[in-house]
Amino acid sequence: MSEAPLLEVDDVTVRFPAPGGGLLGLSRREVKAVNGVSLTVRRGETIGIVGESGSGKSTLGRAILGLDPVTSGHVTFDGARVSDGRRDVLAGLRRRTAMVFQDPANSLNPRLTVAETLTEVLRVHAKVARGAEAARVAELMRLVGLDPALGSRRPRDLSGGQCQRVGIARALAVEPDLVIADECIAALDVSIQGQIINLFLDMKERIGLTLIFIAHDLAVVRRLCDRVAVMYLGRIVEEGPTEAVFAARRHPYTAALIAAIPEIDPDLRLPDAPMGGEPPSPLSLPPGCAFHPRCAYAQETCRTGEPPTLRRQDDHGWACILPPGTLSSPAASTLGRQPQELSA
Amino acid sequence: MTALPLLDVQGLSVSLHDGRETRHIVDDLSLQVGEGEILGLVGESGSGKTVACRALMRLLPEALSISARRITLAGDELASLGVADFARVRGRGIGMIFQNPASHLDPVMRIGAQIAETIRFARGASRREAKAEAIELLRQVGIPDPARRAEAFTHEFSGGMRQRAMIAVALASNPKLLIADEPTTALDVTVQAQILRLLTELRDRRGLSIIFVTHDLGVVSQLCDRIAVLYAGRMCEIGPKRAILGRPRHPYAAGLIACQPAAGATLTRLRTIEGQPPSLHAMPSGCRFNPRCPNAQGDCRSVQPPLDPVEPGHLAACFHQVGTTPRLGCAA
Repeated sequence: MSEAPLLEVDDVTVRFPAPGGGLLGLSRREVKAVNGVSLTVRRGETIGIVGESGSGKSTLGRAILGLDPVTSGHVTFDGARVSDGRRDVLAGLRRRTAMVFQDPANSLNPRLTVAETLTEVLRVHAKVARGAEAARVAELMRLVGLDPALGSRRPRDLSGGQCQRVGIARALAVEPDLVIADECIAALDVSIQGQIINLFLDMKERIGLTLIFIAHDLAVVRRLCDRVAVMYLGRIVEEGPTEAVFAARRHPYTAALIAAIPEIDPDLRLPDAPMGGEPPSPLSLPPGCAFHPRCAYAQETCRTGEPPTLRRQDDHGWACILPPGTLSSPAASTLGRQPQELSA
Repeated sequence: MTALPLLDVQGLSVSLHDGRETRHIVDDLSLQVGEGEILGLVGESGSGKTVACRALMRLLPEALSISARRITLAGDELASLGVADFARVRGRGIGMIFQNPASHLDPVMRIGAQIAETIRFARGASRREAKAEAIELLRQVGIPDPARRAEAFTHEFSGGMRQRAMIAVALASNPKLLIADEPTTALDVTVQAQILRLLTELRDRRGLSIIFVTHDLGVVSQLCDRIAVLYAGRMCEIGPKRAILGRPRHPYAAGLIACQPAAGATLTRLRTIEGQPPSLHAMPSGCRFNPRCPNAQGDCRSVQPPLDPVEPGHLAACFHQVGTTPRLGCAA
């Protein structure tokens, strides 16, 4: 790597006070939504962050943009430390980054037309001269595959896919160096999902977009992303180039996630024994490796002590004590384990 | 299917009358489900798949009118039944589960009591019998420590456990047919795999027939025996899973299969179906897919193609069908 990375996330932890907490808040507990996460994003790279609900993937995305406060650790964007909460640095960050949200209709102002929504962004960020706004709005709309004639419509007159394109156009309006897309296609129909994924692939080619794509759908991430980071209960458990992670998964959780993707193949049967259990509550993390209650390979050392740290080989990191190669055989990809009670 | 199908639906339509116009949300839908069979009902939002299922259960707002030439369940005619008689059938014959269990379970009633209530209503069992049976059902749907969990409330259950509890409620009346409307869409993939496994076990153990509504072709390909593809309220294609996935004839079915992200390498573009599904207020004439269809010709814009057999058990509604080249390497 000759070039300095665009974004560096260094040992970031995000904690929230848990609701409740007893009388006078005496027994106040904390949720560790993100727990010691490190991540490097280079310019022009698309990185997928995957995990199930409660894995902390959305919180991580929000913490990077300063939308949720970082409890400890650092976020460095283009050489400037943005996690200290200094207003001028944060303002600088927000001029150069943008977020696309899951629910396209609810993240747009229902009273503004598409053109007004986009013009507002251009004006706030003083991106173009007043006279050039209309032309830039039309250009942005064409960029995301929307007919500029739709500029006079309001969100309620648009389909879900069209709303999501407006959301992406709004993100691109600031000419961002980095876009964070949080589950931005999960609510769309399959035939429309493909259009949005192709749009991101286009943006990557044409304007060198750097993208953090947060999703639970591994198949989509495989299609779109150069690198992938798998999160479980606030930690990255595996990270590396997408094809390396898919071909040589080294964490049993990644293996289970991949095995659970329903591929279109009538000859494939449902796994006989899908991975049991559900992710435990982040409020009461199991000791040792947080994945051990669901892991078919768990050993005594996994149940106690410190969670395993990320080991690295070349560009591929994983947080598991298993020797590499254990999970490569196809038979090992279906983890045989009965559901057990996790947190009653 | 040699024997009589368990469920036989002929010409089901659901329409909305507003002023002078009648709009068909579901238009002349016919399908059969055999005993112990899982039929996947596939379509995008607005395709009418949920409305069709709710019509079978008569769970639709009064503004929508339902008509059908015939609906029989195990030989009993349902279409002509009055409201009270139908309620009994709905209780005993057909169960339904939904995408969001939290909004279909009673938040202030213990899980076990909800199941027991259904058992008592459907079969007139005593309180004690019903309670014991409720615990047994919870065990069958894979809830650990069922006797203790029966005393819990919905909010104390995780997402996957709520879905299991709702399945237990639906099974309480011992139905022959289970309608599952996107039951795994809101779940994590590893939990989805568990629920799909549970449904196949219930089919094997109880001979339960299932209509599984989804937009996820990956799920139907692993779960279902037959697949029906809906577009804009009409049936495009129906047939055995292998035929539909391996040799789809309707361009919409073929497009839907091709645009799934599962197949294909990193950083390659996905096939897409251009355009948007039509809105209820502006249905195209002829074949409703024609504005988005790569094969559309003049006749598609004026005449509605009939659902005709392509081969035994495999029907498609298209004048200009996709060639018979195998796709995805899964042609038999």
